[in-house]
Amino acid sequence: MLDADFFRRWMTAAAASVDREAERLTALDSPIGDADHGSNLQRGFKAVAADLEKEAPDTPGAVLVLAGRRLISTVGGASGPLYGTLLRRTGKALGDAAEVDRGQLAEALRTGVNAVRTLGGAAPGDKTMLDALVPAADALGDSFAAARAAAEEGAVATTPLQARKGRASYLGERSIGHQDPGATSAALLVAALAEVAGE
Amino acid sequence: MLINVPETVVADALRGLAAAHPELTVDVENRVIVRRDAPVAGKVALISGGGSGHEPLHGGFVGPGMLAAACPGEVFTSPVPDQMVRAAAAVDSGAGVLFVVKNYTGDVLNFDMAAELAEDEGIQVAKVLVDDDVAVTDSLYTAGRRGTGATLFVEKIAGAAAEEGQPLERVEALARRVNDSSRSFGVALSACTTPAKGSPTFDLPAGELELGIGIHGEPGRERRPMMTSGEIAEAAVDAVLTDLAPRNPVLVLVNGMGATPLLELYGFNAEVQRVLAERGVAVARTLVGNYVTSLDMAGASVTLCQVDEELLRLWDAPVKTPGLRWGM
Repeated sequence: MLDADFFRRWMTAAAASVDREAERLTALDSPIGDADHGSNLQRGFKAVAADLEKEAPDTPGAVLVLAGRRLISTVGGASGPLYGTLLRRTGKALGDAAEVDRGQLAEALRTGVNAVRTLGGAAPGDKTMLDALVPAADALGDSFAAARAAAEEGAVATTPLQARKGRASYLGERSIGHQDPGATSAALLVAALAEVAGE
Repeated sequence: MLINVPETVVADALRGLAAAHPELTVDVENRVIVRRDAPVAGKVALISGGGSGHEPLHGGFVGPGMLAAACPGEVFTSPVPDQMVRAAAAVDSGAGVLFVVKNYTGDVLNFDMAAELAEDEGIQVAKVLVDDDVAVTDSLYTAGRRGTGATLFVEKIAGAAAEEGQPLERVEALARRVNDSSRSFGVALSACTTPAKGSPTFDLPAGELELGIGIHGEPGRERRPMMTSGEIAEAAVDAVLTDLAPRNPVLVLVNGMGATPLLELYGFNAEVQRVLAERGVAVARTLVGNYVTSLDMAGASVTLCQVDEELLRLWDAPVKTPGLRWGM
């Protein structure tokens, strides 16, 4: 079973991972975006980790809701509202339970991912974070490791796609051939989850 | 770069803005710039915002006759909802606020969230999207047209209507009409360098230029060998005119992207005026300068806005902001 502490460690691991990979994320954002994805997420997750050190929400849902709100109020851009909504809605779907199992988390994550779809108006194949998140949420029903692999595969598979949403879409066909930074950071978030689960 | 460290670029600029303009209230910590006499009794308040790096947009357009408040985000990153909620609370007189939002996914999402939160606090909020850039095909396959130069026309004309005391529905309708009557096209002669990255956002060799660029250092739609000022004016004006067939006179904004000298901009304007005359487009007013910039990008954009007597009267109305000032 996964308790509030597990979710705190997930967020802390995500913050560390984003910190390590910030330069790569910004580099990916440079040819097809505006070269700030890494620094923006770094700022947001740093704030989340600091909050979770001060406060200790006592349910998994409360940890994710707090993290989501913090991302919305610190990141800006499209990723702030989108990642914030992902975590907030996933957290809300977990309810007040003191512990949840992997199946419940997978179900809640699907709710969070659907909220992202509604908010951003994107669909899988549009070269966005959804290309990592949708397969990850589906695979999480099997195992944490499967979710990580699905997210990474989904992120790599954005390279030949033409962007239809976000700033990369302004480039039209010139967005082809670059891995999507949003899908890449989404895969980092899922990898941090698998890492904390010991898979 | 003339900075201390990348992390404090926006805060440093806000402190400098505050020092230079005591007529503005600048909340550096919360990143809100407000005209000092706000809220102005009985008047609608315009609030805009967006990523930093486009100065004087938006903070330089705060003052009587234009914006009541501006919310600067990180460089090229839209502001967070808390900033707009704070701005709305500071400037709302009870007559309502109009959010002027450039059409980028991030700006739209953050302003939408802010509108919901402000409405929860009993503030009447209307929104207008600016999407004037003809270089982006508006279709299901893109995030829609970008908001660029027309933002200045929307903020000036709707701001004048608000200053006159026109009600929110009217100010909103005027803002929408200005956006619908405006189109832009931009070219870059060099990429820009964001403080966070420290190197150019894309690789543009000398001797080449990008047509159809935005204002965030993103590459354009097409790369070509260097063209003359006259050839660029033809490409830009014709791109705009494929989508806007003005029957009335137009406002012309010849806008520098940040690193192109005024000497070149005025020369470019001469070519723009020549092409407009050749295409039979009458010019009502012209503005030349760096208004909607993209850090240190070299290049220019052309924005045309078709105006009737009412829009022209509001354009000519007095305005007093750090970036735009006439008639008072």
